[in-house]
Amino acid sequence: MWDYTEKVKEHFFNPRNVGIIENPDGVGEVGSLACGDALKLMFKLDAAGRITNVKFQTFGCGSAIASSSALTEMIKGKTLEEAEKITNQDIADFLGGLPEQKMHCSVMGREALEAAIENYRTGGTVRHSLEGKVICTCFGVTENEIRRVTRENNLKTVEEVTNYCKAGGGCRGCHPDIENIIRQVQQEHARQQQKDLPPVKPARPQKPLTNIEKIQLVQKTLDQQVRPALQADGGDLELIDVEGNRVIIAFRGMCAKCQVSEFTLAEVVQARLREFVSEDLIVEEKK
Amino acid sequence: MKNIYLDNNATTQIDQHVLAAMTPYLKEFYGNASSMHHFGGQLRHRIDQSLHYYGRRAQQALEASRAQAAKLIGAQPDEIIFTSGGTESDNTAIHGVLASRPDKKHIITSRVEHPAVRAVCRLLQTRGYRLTELPVDALGQLDLKQLEEAITEDTALVTIMYANNETGVVFPVDQIARIVHAKDCLFHCDAVQAVGKLPIDLQQTEIDLLSISGHKLHGPKGIGVLYVRRGTPLTPFMVGGHQESGRRAGTENVAGIVAIGQACELAQTYMAEENSRVRRLRDKLETGLLKHCLDARVNGDTAHRLPNTTNISFEFVEGEAILLLMDSLGIAASSGSACTSGSLEPSHVLRAMGVPFTAVHGSIRFSLSRYTTEEEVDFVIREMPPIIQRLREISMFSAGKNSAPQAPYERKPQLDPIR
Repeated sequence: MWDYTEKVKEHFFNPRNVGIIENPDGVGEVGSLACGDALKLMFKLDAAGRITNVKFQTFGCGSAIASSSALTEMIKGKTLEEAEKITNQDIADFLGGLPEQKMHCSVMGREALEAAIENYRTGGTVRHSLEGKVICTCFGVTENEIRRVTRENNLKTVEEVTNYCKAGGGCRGCHPDIENIIRQVQQEHARQQQKDLPPVKPARPQKPLTNIEKIQLVQKTLDQQVRPALQADGGDLELIDVEGNRVIIAFRGMCAKCQVSEFTLAEVVQARLREFVSEDLIVEEKK
Repeated sequence: MKNIYLDNNATTQIDQHVLAAMTPYLKEFYGNASSMHHFGGQLRHRIDQSLHYYGRRAQQALEASRAQAAKLIGAQPDEIIFTSGGTESDNTAIHGVLASRPDKKHIITSRVEHPAVRAVCRLLQTRGYRLTELPVDALGQLDLKQLEEAITEDTALVTIMYANNETGVVFPVDQIARIVHAKDCLFHCDAVQAVGKLPIDLQQTEIDLLSISGHKLHGPKGIGVLYVRRGTPLTPFMVGGHQESGRRAGTENVAGIVAIGQACELAQTYMAEENSRVRRLRDKLETGLLKHCLDARVNGDTAHRLPNTTNISFEFVEGEAILLLMDSLGIAASSGSACTSGSLEPSHVLRAMGVPFTAVHGSIRFSLSRYTTEEEVDFVIREMPPIIQRLREISMFSAGKNSAPQAPYERKPQLDPIR
């Protein structure tokens, strides 16, 4: 049996706002019988544009019902602008967390909300929009959905993507495509991270370094300029050796199984070391 | 709260007599059966306790259990190998036969096997073996003509289960064995669910290898049996010491072996009850649930089925949600829904049978045992309809409503291709 929090159980055993609204202002429906869970979300707005009434119907497991119930409680009284800021992580947090394999239930909640808001804004013409190429044909998940859950939840493996949106959970035929998407998203992320790093003046020493000075400077640069960003993502690296202009490092933690570690190596580690230590350094990974 | 255990195909309550029989071998008789001194000997022949109380007990215990296990399935004691459980028995049988026939590169199995067989076969497929997974019909039965046609000169082994763990459907294994032998091939049968529930006489059938698990017949976990018919070529899977006549290395789990022997003997005693009282309770439960829960259907061939199992689909609701509500009332069962499996895939057995998705996700397996009482069954029949009703009220899908389920887009999981 799944390890659900008390709050998940509470919302499952006593779901709030179950039912339908006649003539809702917005309605969003995601999922289907075939994939094992589905959610229909309906809301009504008051004159001030706040959600006064919200109802849901869910076909699904305990955490799907609990996520739906939690979502309705979260958006009640909010304007659509406020409501659309809610992420799947917010839903999971509201419930005190969801098992990793059940995160897709929170994603489904957020998708239904989005679909309902879109349905309202287009005057009821759009029931659900899902642009983009279908990547996972087993569960009908599009590239855009995968890209978004990967970006928003900083996912790094296919397994995590499957937990969050089911993509890749069937025949596995789409795993290479998902890996590609993860790589692209993570590269964007790494580029962003690089921009976020504190701007520092090139502190490259002018006179030639002794070997021991070079090693110490490499270590210092890694400690100050590179490792904090990696550690923030659950990764790390270790300086193994310096031989002439070759710097040998090893990735640790999440970096060790990261799909884009090669990118990190060249674009982050090597770039930093060249900036701070010496232009001619070549960074290699110890496998 | 009541504690109603209807998940006996997953595991069973250990019988008190089994526990009593094994306990001494966890306490005072801790010798190694392979040792030459009297401590080890203590374990060898359980029968002769008075003569050599401190002698030869371990080996005695092993041989007595071997005889008990053999008797339940109509085998000879030297055809019994003790293993660590059903999974090891299956692995040993499949790997052992293939290793002894290295020139043959084809395996035949069914699409509804337990993972202990299915995953092994699929692993071997990645190592150069050809694999045929025979399909089943809507009732979960095989087409024996297809089996016959699938066997070629290259076929090393046919491995097909006796009875299905999810649906309880019983395959005609006697016929299968004859077909396989007529084509000069070997037949392994995973009988983990059948042993103790159906009378089995291996002298009357041509099954070559057969797997048994201790904890499915009121024994402890971690002990199993592989029956190997005399003269069947089998390369050892576990290699090391000379235990089990060199066919399965590793210091004998003496307490477990004593326990499975005792469990087999008790299974013989309760066989008639399994097929009368337990069967009647199962039928009562099934009839009651179908009558009181709308849109419910039985999965599998009810004419050829284990006496203790029923697999019922409650359409338009999801299995894990059903189980959670049942659990809150103290009722334990299991489901074929995707959410309960830990993966996203619903039951491969029900999918192979072509059970519609509306039904697969809401499938619940009830499996009874000799400990199940009439009051428990009545309680479940009374409590299930409100559970199903409640979840259907939350769900947007139902057969009655005019608004047919409008999936925003088609998400159709694919069926396994025939290999």
